[in-house]
Amino acid sequence: MKIVGLSGSIVGSKTRTAMNYLSKEISEKYPEVEFNLIDLAEYDIQFSDGRNYLEYEGDTGFVSKQIMEADAIVIGTPIFQASIPATLKNIFDLLPEKGFRDKVVSMIVTAGSPKHYLIAEQQLKPILSYMKAQIVQSYVFIEEKDFYRKEIVNDDIIFRIQRLVEDTIVLTETYSSLRKAKEEEYWF
Amino acid sequence: MVGKKNKVTLFIRMVERNMKEYRIDQSKGLEFGLYTLGDHIANPNTGERISAQQRINEIIELAKLAEQAGIDFFSVGESHQEYFTTQAHTVVLSAIAQATEKIKIGSSSTIISTSDPVRVYEDFATIDLISDGRAEIVAGRASRIGLFELLGYNVQDYEALFEEKFDLLLKINKEEVINWTGQFRQSLKNAKVLPRPKEGSLPIWRAVGGTPASAMKAGYAGVPMMLATLGGAAYHFKSVIDAYREVAKNNGYDPETLPVGTTGFFHVAETTQDALKEMYPFINEGMKLTNGQGFPKQAFAQAIDKRSVINVGSPQEVIEKILYQHELFGHQRYLAQMDFGGMPYAKLVKNIEIIGTEILPAIRKYTAQK
Repeated sequence: MKIVGLSGSIVGSKTRTAMNYLSKEISEKYPEVEFNLIDLAEYDIQFSDGRNYLEYEGDTGFVSKQIMEADAIVIGTPIFQASIPATLKNIFDLLPEKGFRDKVVSMIVTAGSPKHYLIAEQQLKPILSYMKAQIVQSYVFIEEKDFYRKEIVNDDIIFRIQRLVEDTIVLTETYSSLRKAKEEEYWF
Repeated sequence: MVGKKNKVTLFIRMVERNMKEYRIDQSKGLEFGLYTLGDHIANPNTGERISAQQRINEIIELAKLAEQAGIDFFSVGESHQEYFTTQAHTVVLSAIAQATEKIKIGSSSTIISTSDPVRVYEDFATIDLISDGRAEIVAGRASRIGLFELLGYNVQDYEALFEEKFDLLLKINKEEVINWTGQFRQSLKNAKVLPRPKEGSLPIWRAVGGTPASAMKAGYAGVPMMLATLGGAAYHFKSVIDAYREVAKNNGYDPETLPVGTTGFFHVAETTQDALKEMYPFINEGMKLTNGQGFPKQAFAQAIDKRSVINVGSPQEVIEKILYQHELFGHQRYLAQMDFGGMPYAKLVKNIEIIGTEILPAIRKYTAQK
């Protein structure tokens, strides 16, 4: 199973911090999973110009191919101006219309204010649905007050990340085995 | 008011309402053609890939066999990327022009956006002369855009490049002496584009990707439309064709004079089950390599239904589908794409044989206009 963690911002540290906890949880509990963390802050990604993702080169080509080859993607995103950041939206724009078909997608959201709680529900999930993702419905929402010096200080958040990892892996296993069984029923 | 309206109707009836300009004779029924993009992919069943030379020669042979089977049209498209061989599609068409005698030939499509319309017209007029008046152009915008970089164009101009160059191509087709100014090419002053085709002009179609918005653009220009139908319900494409005809009519063109063609996956085998089984690995692998995502089995399995636009099945099933599509669309030409993903030559030969002996007689019998 291939899982990509996608840290969707090029500024700030909260999302990346949360994604580090996620990486650690996956590598400790599920060493058989091939996990890659992509932090957009470490890449130079161009804006989508509408071409097929196979035709991008450099970092843009690398990141979009990594995502397209994954069985599951854990998206980490901050909320800026009541929205996911443009850097994350650009990743969606680089991918095919049904880019998340047969892929599981789960979410970790960090925000400066509890007022942003429903942004993932009302903005991010519709995008993922449109792109045909199998969505892990519960996401982890982390506020400013849960962080201190690039660490998560609220144990409840740690528990929620643990549950998110388990849910992501269970749904990926379940979905791919059901899909495999269904495809074997076809005569071709 | 009533009297005036009658006069107008009478005037329209007096104008010749046929598709002669596009070399279509509806008394002979729905035209059947084959088209290739020049796919050059390893056979997913064996992992082996034939050489580009062998593939190109096989395409020329297929055109000859198509002609012998009585197929109306054979066309070759340009795709400037890995897994394709007919980038120089006009050169391949020229060889086909020489190797055949009566089958109509054309492109599917010519990416006019990244070519010079003058050179394109010179090429096709020459192919028309070599073939004794059998050449046509289907001009498209490209579904993959790597060729913009390869050929030195800015993809930001995707739409403007096509519209300007397509307009110029149509103008060259209509006028022997051209005066023209545009953004993407040097102006033409009293220019003659030579040679002229055998009958003075060529049938020029606009390739349409399947959306109503794209079809409507062909309607605005009053040009024949070649509509790609990759999958889904045939009924969906009826609304696309209706939108095209409606817009053409509202812009002063008579839809009765504008041919409509459709294109899509095609494969026949003894049973529909076998046909799907034989075709699927090629479709799936071809899509993966060239578009980055496979073709879902679930969607392909629906091709078993008569209402699906994918013409894969037993000969009888495919005949019924094509007739059903003709009933819905009232189209003039169907182009079968049977070599997608590099279907092996022997299977293609077998398919051409079945088209000639079983499919063509049936569809002509039921679609010929009396």
